[in-house]
Amino acid sequence: MIESILFWIFAVLAVAGGIAVFVVDSMARATYALAVSFVAVGGIIVMLHLDYIGVITILMMIMEMAIMAVFMVMFMGMNPALMPMDMTHSTRRSAVLATLTFLVLAVAIIVIPWPDRTGSAAADLTRSLGEAIMGSKMLVMLTISPVLFATIVASLVLANPRGRYDRYGADLDRRDPDGRAHPEDPIGGGIGR
Amino acid sequence: MTLQLVLLVSAALFSVGLYGALTQQVVVMVMMGIELMINGVLLAGGALWWFLSPTPDGQTVLLVILAAMTVEMAMGFAVATVVHRSRGSDLSDSATDLAG
Repeated sequence: MIESILFWIFAVLAVAGGIAVFVVDSMARATYALAVSFVAVGGIIVMLHLDYIGVITILMMIMEMAIMAVFMVMFMGMNPALMPMDMTHSTRRSAVLATLTFLVLAVAIIVIPWPDRTGSAAADLTRSLGEAIMGSKMLVMLTISPVLFATIVASLVLANPRGRYDRYGADLDRRDPDGRAHPEDPIGGGIGR
Repeated sequence: MTLQLVLLVSAALFSVGLYGALTQQVVVMVMMGIELMINGVLLAGGALWWFLSPTPDGQTVLLVILAAMTVEMAMGFAVATVVHRSRGSDLSDSATDLAG
């Protein structure tokens, strides 16, 4: 009974929070609405006995919303909480597409004869996840780690305002008449400037 | 709480996220829509795992989805930063061409 009530509260919060993201008229409120939606989804995931994944989702999303708020203030250059705005396009077509997507998914969910449950859950699910990661599923983590590292490198390269190609040219061969490496900097620096 | 109910919630999250990703002009808001969609996928994965086959291996798929969410956010912010620096705005409509 309590489980059922909790599920419905989380479900309504998750979907209502998600809708509120694109209905409220300021970005700060949208960020909070998204955080509420994510925490509710994390709650449902914890109810599915995925304690570790659920807690990770909640912690990650709260931090992510905080970072998003910082980026919004940076990009918008104003107090986003005080500036109601409407920056949307093709709302009607998108609403039709989203509704159609939901209907197709909902019909599939109801019509599909889902198979019976097979196998049984381990006594300690978090421990079993750790053992899977460090044992039979280690290749998954070994694949994810270079992807995450590549993401760090790629995002730094993209976000860096003056990388070495900006300073030394496309072929990294910008030199002064003496043949020494000579970066094109707004303000020269280093020894002998 | 049944499999169908949780999957319906995740389908609703996915559809709302799709609407947001398609309609929003601000890059950060587009990312919010994509986040909602991935969150729906994560929820559906968790439900399918618990109600159909709760073996330890299945949980690793959810970790992969979480990692995808992280990568999406990091690259999204990096691209938003580049667009903002080169175009002076963070609207997706101002970055519809590939050439700088």
